[in-house]
Amino acid sequence: MKLSRKFVSDYIDLDPELSIEQIALDMTNVGNEFDSASPWVSCTNLVVGEVLECENHPDSDHLHVCQVDVGKEVLQIVCGAPNVRKGLKVIVALPGAKLPLGEIKKTTIRGVESNGMICSIAELGIDHKYLEEKDYKGIHEFDKEAPVGSDPIALLGYDDEIIDFELTSNRGDLLSILGMAYELGAIYKKKVKEMEVSFKENKEKIERDFHVEVKTDYCSLFLAKKVVGVKIKESPDFIKKRLMASGIRPINNVVDISNYVMLETGQPLHYYDADRLGDQIVVRMAKEGEKLTTLDGIERTLSTEDIAITNGEDVIGLAGVMGGLSTEVEMDTKDIIIESAIFDNVKIRKTSKKILRSEASNRFEKGLDPKRSYLAILRSCHLLEKYADATIVGGMIEYNHENMDEKVIEITLDKIKKVLGIEISMEEVKNIFLDLDFKVDVEKEKMIVTVPTRRLDISIAEDLIEEVGRIYGMDKIEGKLPILDVITGSYNKTRRNIKHKLADLGLNETFSYSLIPNQEVHRFTTDHFKEVMLDYPMSEDKNTLRYSLLYSLKEIYLYNKARNQSNISIFEIGKGFYQEEDIYKEDLKLAILMSGDYYLDIQNQKVDFYIIKGICEELFNYLGYENRYRFEASSNLPKEFHPGQSANIILQGKQVGVIGKIHPNILKEDVYAMEINLDQLLQNRPTRMEYKDIPKYPSIEKDFAFVVKKNIMAEELIEIIKKTGGKLLTNVRIFDVYEGEKVGVDEKSIAFKLTFMDPTRTLTEDEVMTVFNKIIEKVENNLSAKLRDE
Amino acid sequence: MNKENEILKSLEEDQKKITTLQELNELKVKYLGKKGLITELNAEIKNVAVEEKKAFGQMVNALKEKFLNFYESKKESLEEEILNKKLEQEAIDISLPSKKVKRGSLHPMTRITEEFEDLFVSMGYTVYEGPEIESDENCFQKLNLPKGHPARDAQDTFYLKDEYENYLLRTQTSTAQVRAMEDHTEKGPLRIVCPGKVYRRDEDATHSHQFMQIEGLVIDENISMADLKGTLELFCKKILGEKTKVRFRPSFFPFTEPSVEVDVSCFKCQGKGCALCKGTGWIEVLGAGMVHPHVLEMSGYDSKKYQGFAFGTGIDRFAMFKYGIPDIRTIYGNDIRFIEQFDRKDSE
Repeated sequence: MKLSRKFVSDYIDLDPELSIEQIALDMTNVGNEFDSASPWVSCTNLVVGEVLECENHPDSDHLHVCQVDVGKEVLQIVCGAPNVRKGLKVIVALPGAKLPLGEIKKTTIRGVESNGMICSIAELGIDHKYLEEKDYKGIHEFDKEAPVGSDPIALLGYDDEIIDFELTSNRGDLLSILGMAYELGAIYKKKVKEMEVSFKENKEKIERDFHVEVKTDYCSLFLAKKVVGVKIKESPDFIKKRLMASGIRPINNVVDISNYVMLETGQPLHYYDADRLGDQIVVRMAKEGEKLTTLDGIERTLSTEDIAITNGEDVIGLAGVMGGLSTEVEMDTKDIIIESAIFDNVKIRKTSKKILRSEASNRFEKGLDPKRSYLAILRSCHLLEKYADATIVGGMIEYNHENMDEKVIEITLDKIKKVLGIEISMEEVKNIFLDLDFKVDVEKEKMIVTVPTRRLDISIAEDLIEEVGRIYGMDKIEGKLPILDVITGSYNKTRRNIKHKLADLGLNETFSYSLIPNQEVHRFTTDHFKEVMLDYPMSEDKNTLRYSLLYSLKEIYLYNKARNQSNISIFEIGKGFYQEEDIYKEDLKLAILMSGDYYLDIQNQKVDFYIIKGICEELFNYLGYENRYRFEASSNLPKEFHPGQSANIILQGKQVGVIGKIHPNILKEDVYAMEINLDQLLQNRPTRMEYKDIPKYPSIEKDFAFVVKKNIMAEELIEIIKKTGGKLLTNVRIFDVYEGEKVGVDEKSIAFKLTFMDPTRTLTEDEVMTVFNKIIEKVENNLSAKLRDE
Repeated sequence: MNKENEILKSLEEDQKKITTLQELNELKVKYLGKKGLITELNAEIKNVAVEEKKAFGQMVNALKEKFLNFYESKKESLEEEILNKKLEQEAIDISLPSKKVKRGSLHPMTRITEEFEDLFVSMGYTVYEGPEIESDENCFQKLNLPKGHPARDAQDTFYLKDEYENYLLRTQTSTAQVRAMEDHTEKGPLRIVCPGKVYRRDEDATHSHQFMQIEGLVIDENISMADLKGTLELFCKKILGEKTKVRFRPSFFPFTEPSVEVDVSCFKCQGKGCALCKGTGWIEVLGAGMVHPHVLEMSGYDSKKYQGFAFGTGIDRFAMFKYGIPDIRTIYGNDIRFIEQFDRKDSE
């Protein structure tokens, strides 16, 4: 909302000493933020001058050398405008003048001294949409009477200041000069002046030959008046300038008055050419597919959600949004039907979102004050009589289902103090309400506040407390810490522990988007699920919520690889989304991706399966799941994983994740990844941390190595060793794996170190050897393994 | 007595020649071996007169002791010499690179979130997190934003497919407040913070379609705007520095009444005015207010008895402020060279 200082000054006396910036700041302090606050035209050092002499430039076919009287002196100025001539009164920018195009300096143009510039209107920085051709094709020509040496900005009526407000959506009342005046009145303790609405009516009655019928609940108020014999012409200058300062382009006196009144009162009006309209208006919901050509000449297709203004048969206007072309006020219009109505704000919002956002729809959407609907239609008649020679027809058609009562709200001083946390007296509060132009009756501790209908945003006591806070000054509230019971706070420790553990293990945490392309959502998983998609995505590559985080990590890998970053060890914790029988679900997931160097060493060791497996084990053991999980080679792996270098992660019989090498079809390089469903994982309680006796008796260690077929898993050997070793065998560790010349092509050798111990006594070599030999026998028999001779 | 002097003289000369352990051991044989000089002298005791035996024995023992003293100290010094030589040979180039695992890092968003959580948890708040897919009811209606409310425009919403005005990606963490109030069966005092991801259809240098917010909510019988201000003053000082000032400006949010925008004094220029604060000296960082009585009532609270404050802010913004990150897209860009920078304890 652009506020013109001149315009609002019609209704409130602002101290001339107050700068526009100060007014804007004072408004901000009561909750009305602004974008900019500045003079309409910010040029300096301009005067009205008279061209005394005008000769052709000796060295140019279009420049002129002028002698210009600027009051105090006569300046020689070179001017290139085609319309410059002797005797003209013009705008002169003196040396040092600041214009939007830069600073004007004394200069020499093709050998001739020039002491300033003669300006066009366009050069003052007026928005191009308000300019006529003459305003930018040539310099401005003042009337003969324009006083030499005076301020051309004031003479042109551009001596206004404008604040561009960014209002909150609850303050629809501030989308009007009157609303702004009341707000400023509360700040500066000034009364708002009354609006001039008087006019004469002829003896006819509109009701005799015009009818309005409202057939929908979405129109709660419809007022109509008729004026006859209007003369369409240019608006008076002050109307044009105020419209322009407010951001609206002047058209002609009649159209301008409807906009002018909307700006003043906040009530959008519509004027129909009475002859083209016929003898009735019927307001109803549009029929599906009904057509209307709006004022801008575009044919619109309506739906049953739109409120239509009709002449009984055809749609002639889209209520609250835009009028129709067929009943538009044109140069030959004589008689006018004025509409001042209130339509349902939600319906208007929907229609305008679909078709067009306009000054009118913006106001309808925020809600309107029915009293203003009356005020606006009367004000409109007043101005049409005054500036368009209109004769006002007697009577008014009134369809009014609005509640015109002012709201009465009770509040206590205690409540105000309790909510704001300030000390304030009854008298101070009462004065704040009075400054806001609310009525107040005090009954002992209670205040009974009557709120004007224009303040649609106020309906409960808390709203009044906000008013007190606003005007008192929210920033004057002294902060203190709340006095509350001592209680313990808490947060999700496990998730934080996981993040810290992984960072300690050398992984970098990433933070990526949940939205991914739909065609990627079923990748990196073998789960069958229904994905979650968006209704109107911003783009096709962000139309679906991810299920696996690995797509995102893969993209991060590629992004970094493209920037020559190949050592990537990253993790992310985030949600995976899916639907289960029409219920939306989200599981917390952990994904890890590793490639390149992990150990920073002179001899680099590249990430391989065993490094990422180690990360997984470190994490699981840290979380208290030691000895409760295993990695299971499987034919049921996501096809994005290498079938021979990947595994499912099984915790107590249930799959909680997948780990392995990314399939070369997806990434050519050696990239390893894993993903864990944390919600599933953390359902398992960690093993309790408990003290175990430190062994008192020595242990005995024995080594052996077996040669087995390559497809035999080390895990299978360990299983047999442990089973056969029984209680005395306390630990089995693989310390070497060999493939090569010394064994067969399809064989490998695995060396184990076994630890035997009995917590109650010292073991003898003999009994250990008995067990040891039994293990060798079992392994050889069960897995056709050969004991390797050292 | 001649023999004694002879041995002493010989020993004195021999001592000077010893340079290795082997020579020292040979010397030991020469004096104390089976046929050693001192051993042989000792054997002569049988030829000594009875009355002189004692003195002779003492003389031999003194010789023995003298030799052993020399032997032990020489042995020690020779061994030390050998060890020193060995250590010298073992010297390495300590400037060569170390062997280590990469240093990991936590994302700045995690770091800021944890900082916020820790501060509020220390004041008795519980961290409460809700789902990212929400119902229109929880995200809007129960926050006093009925269908068609113009303030919904400010939060351009991602609805799920075929779920217009039904299911959505939450646009604000305030939804978690609604859930916390609904879950709280006693409908009594409540103190929570809700960090989390939120989504809006918006994208430029300062907006990302996905970002993080944190919301705070305190409900009790005597909670006021002054308590809100005190709490936010403490919060901003702890996070942005002790000199930070806090300013309240009236504003509008459908779920709070009264509502305020909260500015902090610009931490870059200390309020003098710079590019960051656009010359105003202040930066808008939070929205806050007293929980609207309708919001309390809709979640089953007695608004006559209870009142409370709520505040919300963007974690991304704080991360940008705190680490001087100019573009929000950097935060979600996941350039490893960005992420790796956050790999240590921060100064406090």
